[in-house]
Parts: sequence; structure tokens; C-alpha cells
Amino acid sequence: MLVANGSHICLTDIMTTEHKKLSELKRHEAGLVRGFTANNDDMVLKLREIGFAEGDEVEILGRGLLGGTPISVRLNQTVIALRSKEAQLVEVDTVT
Amino acid sequence: MTSQEGGELRLALIGAPNTGKTTLFNALTGGRAKTANYPGVTVERRTGHFHTPGGRAVELIDLPGIYGLAGRTLDERVAVDAITGHIEGEAAPDLLLIFLDATNLRTHLHNVLELKTLGRPSVLVLNMMDLAKRDGTKIDIAGLEETLGIPVIPANAARASGREELVKRIDTIVNGIIQDPAAAHPIDSSQELKTLQSEAREIANKVILQDSGLNTLTRRLDGVLMHPLLGPVILTSVLFLMFQAVYSWANIPMDMIDGLFGVLRGYAQQVHPDWLASFLADGVIAGVGSVLIFLPQIIILFGFILLLESSGYMGRAAFLMDELMRRAGLNGRAFIPLLSSFACAVPGIMAARTIESDRDRLTTIMVAPLMTCSARLPVYTLIIAAFIPRTKIGIFNQQGLVMFALYIAGILSALIIAFVLRKTLTKGETQPFLMELPSYKLPGLWDFILGLWQRTWIFLRRAGTIIFTVAIALWFLASFPASADGIQGSFAGMIGSLLVPIFKPIGFSLETVIALVPGMAAREVVVAAMGTVYALQGSEEQITGSLSQILQNAWTLPSALSFLAWYVFAPQCFATIAMVRRETNSLNWTLFMVGYLFALAYLAAFVTYRLALMFTG
Repeated sequence: MLVANGSHICLTDIMTTEHKKLSELKRHEAGLVRGFTANNDDMVLKLREIGFAEGDEVEILGRGLLGGTPISVRLNQTVIALRSKEAQLVEVDTVT
Repeated sequence: MTSQEGGELRLALIGAPNTGKTTLFNALTGGRAKTANYPGVTVERRTGHFHTPGGRAVELIDLPGIYGLAGRTLDERVAVDAITGHIEGEAAPDLLLIFLDATNLRTHLHNVLELKTLGRPSVLVLNMMDLAKRDGTKIDIAGLEETLGIPVIPANAARASGREELVKRIDTIVNGIIQDPAAAHPIDSSQELKTLQSEAREIANKVILQDSGLNTLTRRLDGVLMHPLLGPVILTSVLFLMFQAVYSWANIPMDMIDGLFGVLRGYAQQVHPDWLASFLADGVIAGVGSVLIFLPQIIILFGFILLLESSGYMGRAAFLMDELMRRAGLNGRAFIPLLSSFACAVPGIMAARTIESDRDRLTTIMVAPLMTCSARLPVYTLIIAAFIPRTKIGIFNQQGLVMFALYIAGILSALIIAFVLRKTLTKGETQPFLMELPSYKLPGLWDFILGLWQRTWIFLRRAGTIIFTVAIALWFLASFPASADGIQGSFAGMIGSLLVPIFKPIGFSLETVIALVPGMAAREVVVAAMGTVYALQGSEEQITGSLSQILQNAWTLPSALSFLAWYVFAPQCFATIAMVRRETNSLNWTLFMVGYLFALAYLAAFVTYRLALMFTG
């Protein structure tokens, strides 16, 4: 079940999925975590520790005025703030 | 493993940051440790004691929050060392109370599994159950207990009723759980954590009977407060309102306290012999009283800071400031230590322990004293009241505007200094910003009142101890030996005269310099010292006026502005210097900080004085 803007979308209803980086998502855009770019193991470990994991729901709640960074992300029921640079490491399947 | 029968049971509170560990600690042990609604409030290990209903004596160990066992920052290392028994002269605790925020169960459950890999006897405290219920989350507690293999206790640590079951069950649980430390297999790669996470998500899918979306209030508020355009505007307005309120709301109570001390001085002057009258009126009352009248402003400032901290807005402020901080070469996390420094730089410098990189942390510590702490408030207010008219510009109080400008001057110079440091002495890569933003909570009235009282008490205690002592000492030094030249011939005058040549170029008079010397101990002391010095100096008619009226006659505007500029920078606080020495563990860095701040203070005062002289001709 995916909750976005309060409306419920069932995964079976999804027509297409698109691979994106978390940093590329726009405000209010949602998706599921697919995995992590493996080129920075320590940062990936930190992202995992704070809660990002495969299959988790993410939704962009807000982005900073300058350069769209930092980003505030809803991760399941938690809100996480991170910079665009770190968000590049998170790969997301978005639903359209 | 467990302590001997009858001995004190040692329980450690561990888990993700901002899950209510310190709230429980305070409630059970009667502690007064700081709690607030943002991650990373607790940065050190603290112990307290209580008895269970069964009569068992318990030592409770409160620890900083951790997301994993890597121990990257100083505060995380303390927590990890404490639960694994690596603190010198201390065994590992008998039982871990692992905290989990029930509203974030899905996201944080793998932290619990990771802590379980230590093989220590553990209990899971599922905290904030009331909030989870409010959001519509339903959790199968028995199922969770069965899957995890450790007791799971639902709790709401903030309320007595929510702690009842927890405290009761400590008695029954203690003897039941034995884990095998030999089975310990700590996680140290993201691959291992991935396995643990998928296990955790599977458990979550099973035990979360009904899931909820993001807390509606949090979503709505964030839509406005974190809006790319509105967000920064609101943040600025909040800070602006805070300084306006410190000004306009405090006027009446301050005048009342001022009037009270005026009456007291009147009585004191009637006392015989004359020296005793002067001691009481000029030393004790003029000194201590001139600082005490600022109590209403201090209370208003702390009221605002408490609300910001407990509501959950603090994290949002860090978010909104991050890009600016990044450009100055600082971690977004540095905003929280810096914002704490508005109250006092000492806890602010300690809060920098949550910053991972040593260079970032050092940079934050170096600039923390530039944030306008509450001890500067009396100094600023005194001078502003004397030299800035009380007129309004539009709807804004002009005095409040000047105060706001002084705060901004502190913040901007902190950012500039940080930028310069990061390009030179603390050069290095920019550190990431990764932070959990808590849901908004309505601050508890009782916690708010208690927090305000604690602050008030600290201020009153300082007035009664350090300020009182300084005022008396200064009265003696400035009164003896009695000479026809008044204060100039006294010991204080002699010492002051030696320093006057240094301060003459920035427009400080002998009286100012005399007050500045004891003012090295703490910033607000200078106000008490000036109260005493000018009371001794003054003619009869001046004595009836308040200190700010006296200054109005004694100082010129350029001197006053120069004095304000000096106080934006001057590191006149022993406590801060001692804390920097402790936290940096380096005499060189401490000397560097003191040196650069004094240099800046002198430069800023010099430029301000000269410019003001030019304009006032």
C-alpha cells in the first residue's frame, strides 16, 4: 500500500514504474526504495542506519530554495532531512 | 552477569535519538536533565537511582541516542561503550531497556535487532504508544514479543500512567532474561545491515496490524513551515518576534523591579554609619539590582527557546538553515549547537559532540561564542535603553530593531569566521547532513513551567553568588583607599588607569575599564560592576536615577556604540573558555579562540567608535 497525499494507491494499479535517484524526485513525488548506489559504503551504511531500506515508501515533502537542497523526505511514517548529494545514493522506483 | 541478589540493578536506556529515554530517566530518578523534541539532546552519560514497587534498588543509566553501533560521534561512542562494558572501571549494565518510538516502528525496528546482536539481556520499551494510537497505528504486541524473543512493554514515558507497567515489570522481568554474550555478532557493513533490515521489515509487516500515514498535523505544518519560500520568511519572523517580545513585553515588569530597587536603595542610604550605607546602597543593591532587573527579559527569551525546542520546530530550523550553513562550510547539524548557544554557549559547545567530523566540530565550537548568549542581554539592553530612543519605526520598536541587528551581527560573523576557518585551519571535505525530523508535539505545560523555573533559578543563583561577590569586592576596591579624587585614587582606579591607554582608542572611560575587569568572569557581571562604580561616582541627584539614566549622562553615543560592538565579540566568560578547553582538549585551540575573539572585539569597537565620531562630528 502506498500512501501519498492521503490517497491510497494499490501497487496493482500501477501502470509504469520509473527508476530515479531520490535526489531527482520533485516535491510531492513518491516511490519505493529500490536500492543504493554502491560507491560510498560508509554513507550508505548511515542511510540504512537512519532507516532507508529496500521496499520503503519515500515521498518528497519539501526542498530547499537554493538548488533544491536540502530535501525533506517522508520515509514510511518518519521524516528525514538530507542533502541532495546524499539523496543521490538512494535509488527509487517512482510510480506514474 | 547480573548483579548480586540485593545489590543495585543497573539498567541502561538505549535506542534511537528522540525516543523518550531522558523523559523516562527524569521521571523515575527525579532528574532534571534537558529534554526536547529533536534528535541529539542528550550528549553524555548520566546516572540516577530509584526503587521499583517491589523494593528493588535500581541504577538507571541515561545515554545518548544511537542509530547503530558504529559510534561515529563522541556522544554515540559514549553510548556504545557504556552498553558494551567498555567504560573504564564499569561493568556492562545488567539489562538494556531498548527504546523504540511506536510511531516509527517500521523505520527503526532494525535498530532493535542490531542492539540485540550484542547478546545482552534486553527488554524492548515501545514508547509513545499514545501518539501511535492517535495516528491510528495498531501493533500486535504479543506477536512482536514472540518474534523478537524479548519482553516488549508498551509505554508512554511522558505520563505517570504510561510508566506504570514498565516499572512494575522490571521486577518480574529481571531474573527471567539471560542472553548469551558469546552469541554477539556486531554489524559493521551495509551488506549485513541490509539483511537485518529485511528481517526487520518482515517483522513489521507481520506485527503492524493497521498502518497509518504520516501524522496529519506534521504533514500540514511542514507544508507551510518548510515551504521553500514561506519557510525562511517564517523562520526569520519567529526570531524577529522573539527579540521584539523580549523588548516590548519586558518593559513593565522591568520598570517595577527597577522601582523596587530604587526604594530599597533609598532605605539603605539612611543606614549609619556612612560606609555601611554606601556598602549596602552602592555595593550590594546597585550591583546585584542592576542585573536582577533583567530577569523578565531572560524569562521571555527562554520561554521562546523552550517552545522552539519542545515543539519540534528546531529540526525544521536546522533544515531551513542547512544550505546557508553548507556554504559557510558547516554541517547542518551545527545549527542546533549554535541555536542552543543563544541561551548559553556552554551547553551549545557540548551539543557539538553530535557532529561527526572533528574539523566540523572544532569549527562549530570556535564560532559558538559568537552567538548572542542570554548573558549579553543585560549588557545590550542597558546600553540600548540609554542611547536608542523608544520610538517606533512602523510597527517595530526601534530598540528591538537594534537588538535584532546585534543578534544578526553575531550570526553573520559566526558564518563568516566558520567560512574562513574551513578554508584555512580546519580545511576539509564538507560533511553530510542527515537528520530525522520529529513530529510536532504540543509542549507540556508543566515541562514548560519547570524549564522556565530552572532557567530563572540559574540566573538568580548567579546573581546571588558570583555577581554578589564581584559587586562587594569591587565596592571595596573602588572605595579604598579613600581619596579626594574619588574612585580615581582607589585600588580599582589605579588598576584601571594602567589599562586605560589600551582602551582609550575605542572610547572606553576609566569607569568602563574598571567594570570590564571583573566582567571577564561573565558578561552580565559588567552591568553589576558598572552599577557599583557609577553609584560610588555619582552625585546625589544621579544616585536616584537608574543605571541607564546615569550612563546617558556619563557616556557619549560613540562610546556606547563601541561598547556594544565590543560585546558582540569579546569572550568574557570563564565558563565558556573552560568548556572549550575541555571539549577541544587543546590549549592551543582555546588560546586561538580567546585571541581571535578579543582581536575582533577590539577591531569592531575601534571601527565603530571612529565611524560614530565622524558622523556625530
